[in-house]
Amino acid sequence: MKTFLQLRGIDKTLGRVRALRGVDLELGDDELLVVLGPTGAGKTTLLRVMAGLERADAGSVHMAGEDVGQWEPAQRDVAFAFQNFALYPDWSVRRNLAFPLRAPGRQLAESEIKRRVDWVAELLRIERLLDRPSVQLSGGEMQRVAIGRCIVRRPRLFLLDEPLTNLDAKLREELRVELALLRRALGIPMVYVTHDGAEALSMADRIAVLSEGCVLQVGAPEIIYRQPNSPLVARQLGQPAINLFRARSQGGHWVVGREGALAPTAVGQGAECTLGVRPEDIEPDGGPSAARVRVVEDAGPTWILLVDWLGVSVHIIADKTRRYDPGQQIWPRVAAERVVSWEASA
Amino acid sequence: MSFLQLDGLAKTYADGTQAVKGIDLVCEEGEFAVLLGPSGCGKTTTLRMVAGLEVPSAGRIVLGGVDIGPWPPRRRDVGFVFQFYALYPHFTVRENLAFPLENMAVAAPECRRRIEEIAARLRVGDLLERYPRELSGGDQQRVALARAMVRRPQLYLMDEPLGTLDADLRLVMRELIREQQLNDGATTLYVTHDQEEAMSLADRIVVMEAGTIRQHGTAAEVYARPASLFVAHFIGSPGMNFAEGQVRDGAFHAGDFVWPLSVQCPTGPVTLGIRPEFVRMADGGALRGEVVLDEYMGACRYVHVQTPCGRWVLRTDAGQRAVLGQVAALQLDPEQVRLFDGQSGERIG
Repeated sequence: MKTFLQLRGIDKTLGRVRALRGVDLELGDDELLVVLGPTGAGKTTLLRVMAGLERADAGSVHMAGEDVGQWEPAQRDVAFAFQNFALYPDWSVRRNLAFPLRAPGRQLAESEIKRRVDWVAELLRIERLLDRPSVQLSGGEMQRVAIGRCIVRRPRLFLLDEPLTNLDAKLREELRVELALLRRALGIPMVYVTHDGAEALSMADRIAVLSEGCVLQVGAPEIIYRQPNSPLVARQLGQPAINLFRARSQGGHWVVGREGALAPTAVGQGAECTLGVRPEDIEPDGGPSAARVRVVEDAGPTWILLVDWLGVSVHIIADKTRRYDPGQQIWPRVAAERVVSWEASA
Repeated sequence: MSFLQLDGLAKTYADGTQAVKGIDLVCEEGEFAVLLGPSGCGKTTTLRMVAGLEVPSAGRIVLGGVDIGPWPPRRRDVGFVFQFYALYPHFTVRENLAFPLENMAVAAPECRRRIEEIAARLRVGDLLERYPRELSGGDQQRVALARAMVRRPQLYLMDEPLGTLDADLRLVMRELIREQQLNDGATTLYVTHDQEEAMSLADRIVVMEAGTIRQHGTAAEVYARPASLFVAHFIGSPGMNFAEGQVRDGAFHAGDFVWPLSVQCPTGPVTLGIRPEFVRMADGGALRGEVVLDEYMGACRYVHVQTPCGRWVLRTDAGQRAVLGQVAALQLDPEQVRLFDGQSGERIG
């Protein structure tokens, strides 16, 4: 895979806010990069810098080896899909889809326009909607059409800014899968911005975690999920979120409170750290110290338990081979090899 | 003993729209019941009728043995929580919480005690002297909940109270609501379109569609034995896998996919359904297809397989990476196969 997009040392200040601080990122020519972060992390600004809608204060943007820092958005040939898609309500779906192909400077024959619109309609399974006015579409259909309008002209780069955020849960799940399938069929590099950890994990080739304008970690979903380099990164992924404990090194173990020896360590006696334990890496039984179940939630294939353990509230994902009740005592056991530790910094 | 009882409750608007088409529902005292369904199914209208904010076109609402139909909202002693916080912006948190109690003429010391107790429970004890605009969305929603709960009404009505919160906060609030409800034992009627929220909170889920109740039962019942294709699809994320086919000679047939049936099932069109966690790849599996998508979810993995019966999803171990393009044979857990009538969509096995 070749590098298609390259950002080096991007700084951007908006008003008084330093929206981006020295961002380095690369995107392969057939890659889907998810930029994950909370509201205000700088995700949308980063996309706008890629699209050419914002000029960086410092740093460089290269596309296919060319410095595009001074290029206008149209020259960059980038498609940008927003959270709130704006279709022309009175136009038919077909006319909306054809719109980008009729832009000034594009001299496409009507037969070619029709061929491309039909192609994209088939890809997104919206053929039967082509002659309807957009205003009659459901939310999910509108989102499909809007995505179709972005890909119909086969841009060099596809930028998506939280495209599923405003949809209800069921539809979000369906469209997430469709986007992932579509993307395989297209072969266009994509940058996908979201604050939803499940979308990031399931769709990304690589995830870049952004916080306060800085890239905290970049890597494959499995790496970010299993080996996050900070508690902040760890908490961006996973539902329920990772459990965090303060621990002290004692007799070759990281110990939480007085008796919670959760993982072996070679660090010297008395050192302190933060431990991260994913809810699915705790078994409800077989451990040495007791916990009390507070809330039991049915998550379909599993239970989600909220328990008091070692002086903190802890989530456990338990399988459905038995049942649990509030107030019940259990004996959690941690899969020690899956525990992540971060040394306490000064 | 039934605490809240709806008999033939219906709402038809002036323009002829039948929002609720005569539903019957019984809630036990202390029960947490969730009305679940897509938008337009009548769940919110039902809740508003119980609150007294809509006048039913027909039917009765019985609360604690009394027909409260003719009662104005104030007299019904219900605590209502909306999706939007609706706090008084010029009142502090403490004043917002005191407001419902002052209306009930609760004595000042008792009022103070109750406010502090509920504020501590919902973790807004440090925010009592602040104004709503100084609070985050999550804290505002906690205060809105506290305000509904401080009166200790006999019934809570909640209309998508977690609607606008982000995923982490939703989970926290969900647990808070559940814990608080278990503590004070108040009967709760809760409306949502989010099946995950319904599953996790409910003692009983009431699935609604097009103004009628399609099924009610515990989360486990509704999940394992959905009454119809609609419920099967709506509950669960990802939803159930389906294959449309025919029953003949004691087996289900959909092209090359043949599934012998252990139960009696009449000959004719049938849809077979099974949840993603009860399908696995195994040599000699009954249904064959090609792996088209492998979704890593952290705690598990969803593998999508394109079969002649449509795209099926398997829930597998996070560590079991699937290979795109790989041909897969799917094995079904016989205990977990469900059958639905091909015409009506009702479950028949």
